[in-house]
Amino acid sequence: MSTVGGHGAAVDIKNCGKTFADGTLALEPATLQIARGETLVLLGPSGCGKTTMLRIIAGLEQPDAGGTVLFDGKDMTSLPIERRNVGMVFQSYALFPNMSVAENIAYGLKIRGMPKTERAARVAELVALTNIAGLENRRIDQLSGGQRQRVALARAVAIRPGILLLDEPLTALDAALRERLRGELNRLLRALGITAIYVTHDQAEAMELGDRIVVMRKGAIAQIGSPREIYFAPQNRFVAEFIGAANILETVVENGQLVLPGGRLPIHGAQNLSEAVVMIRPETIGVTSADSAHLSGTIDSVSFVGDRQRLVVSGAAPKPLTIDAPNTIQAKAGERVGLSIAPDAVRLLPPES
Amino acid sequence: MSHRSFVGLCLLPLAVVTAAFFLLPMARLIATGAEGPQGLAGYLAILVEPRYRATLINTVLLATATTLVTLIVATIVGMFLQRHRFPGRSILIAMLTFPLAFPGVVVGFMIILLAGRQGVIGDLSSHLTGQKLVFAYSIYGLFLGYLYFSIPRVILTIMAAVQKLDPGLEEAARSLGAGPWAVQRDVVLPALAPAFVASGAIAFATAMGAFGTAFTLATNIDVLPMLIYTEFTLAANFATSAALSVGLGVITWFILALARSFSGSAVAAAG
Repeated sequence: MSTVGGHGAAVDIKNCGKTFADGTLALEPATLQIARGETLVLLGPSGCGKTTMLRIIAGLEQPDAGGTVLFDGKDMTSLPIERRNVGMVFQSYALFPNMSVAENIAYGLKIRGMPKTERAARVAELVALTNIAGLENRRIDQLSGGQRQRVALARAVAIRPGILLLDEPLTALDAALRERLRGELNRLLRALGITAIYVTHDQAEAMELGDRIVVMRKGAIAQIGSPREIYFAPQNRFVAEFIGAANILETVVENGQLVLPGGRLPIHGAQNLSEAVVMIRPETIGVTSADSAHLSGTIDSVSFVGDRQRLVVSGAAPKPLTIDAPNTIQAKAGERVGLSIAPDAVRLLPPES
Repeated sequence: MSHRSFVGLCLLPLAVVTAAFFLLPMARLIATGAEGPQGLAGYLAILVEPRYRATLINTVLLATATTLVTLIVATIVGMFLQRHRFPGRSILIAMLTFPLAFPGVVVGFMIILLAGRQGVIGDLSSHLTGQKLVFAYSIYGLFLGYLYFSIPRVILTIMAAVQKLDPGLEEAARSLGAGPWAVQRDVVLPALAPAFVASGAIAFATAMGAFGTAFTLATNIDVLPMLIYTEFTLAANFATSAALSVGLGVITWFILALARSFSGSAVAAAG
């Protein structure tokens, strides 16, 4: 569509770990491939190593000995960030306060020695692309948070980087603006076709933006998968609980059925098990009449949240179950209800170590 | 008592002190400056009279050189100290700020011990070349002395400014392809500009007006404070020394205002 978009580079991270000078292990050796044009999200709570991983890819940190970073098959491990041709958007935006908006966007082009007229043309293109027309001559302290975010993005993309690195770019904004910019950012990344690596602790951001999500925990990769895989098929209890809401049950199994206080629940793949840890998403539990149901319990509380209502039902499982029910059904606290759960909706998790 | 008159009463001591110790002496000084044989024209003597003008230029050059060299040395040292952690760092910072505790006389004494007739540098140079290098009693000795007590003040200001600098700014510039020199030129130094102006102003004003060090080193160094001293105590030329005093104040203030307005845009942008 424009001259701004690049093809993006493929990224190969092999065995990259990071131990800081004081001996703390920030990142266990990790291996990861990122395809050309893919948007990969590094997701996890603070201190999980996601920013360290991003900084290793950027060239702001060196991996421990044995780790390599390849862009399109070329070894970049020893190159500093200024020679990697990566665009970077920082949480603080890090816009240069001594330059105007246009000068900020053009800075990387100026460093590359691009002639003035070409620079101006590229800046005009980016200003249009990121919707900041009219702000070119403003000083940075005259911009709102959302405008700063767009300028930071325009500046990072202006140099036509092979890879765009985004470190919590929306975290500093208020909730409504964050949601709107998330949509814009998504469209922009798709339009540019650039390889993007996006760090966030916000799962909604990760779900919307990521082609694939890398969930991280305590310096290690907990799971890599598409948003759907991460949500519906978490491989461990941490991922199940970190992403969305989850009922996690530890219970006895007989003949491939969970034995619960409120009845029995058939599940897949548990024929040879005697006990299991399972996850059930709140929206996969249906509410029926108590008489005919295999599994039943008593409603503890009902919270109406508009598009749905959240029920807490006790007596069915070893601990109260959280259920997202349609906002149309009638439910009152104290009422007995039947629960229908499809065998597919029950996800077996590996026993917790 | 109304609220207004209460506040007015509270401000009364300030008004009395300001009038007694600032406004009245200043008025008297300005009046005295015009009481010489030339009248008001006495004020122009600092610019017109060749000897005075030469001394003024000397003083401004000395203060400018002191300020520039102080800023260069203190910026490098301050940035290094703020960015690196090593054993003995806090002791080193404490030692660097030690000169703040000395009056000008002591600084002058130390310069004589270093570069005077019995000084370390003289001994060394006579051993090495047979020639005794002595510069304590000249404007170079004074320059060294002013550096000695300007650097600590400026280092502290620069360190505070470097600490407030967003490390993301440098990383962003690097990600856009800027090498180490370009990062300093385009990002770090502009961001430190307000600190340069603030701390440079103090260094400049001190070097323009300091007296103790100059007096300790020699009575014939050509700087304005010494000139005022000799006109006042030796020649008992009240009118001229008053006119020179006012001139020194006005010129120092004017140069500082000029520096501030030149860096004004940078200061506002970095704020």
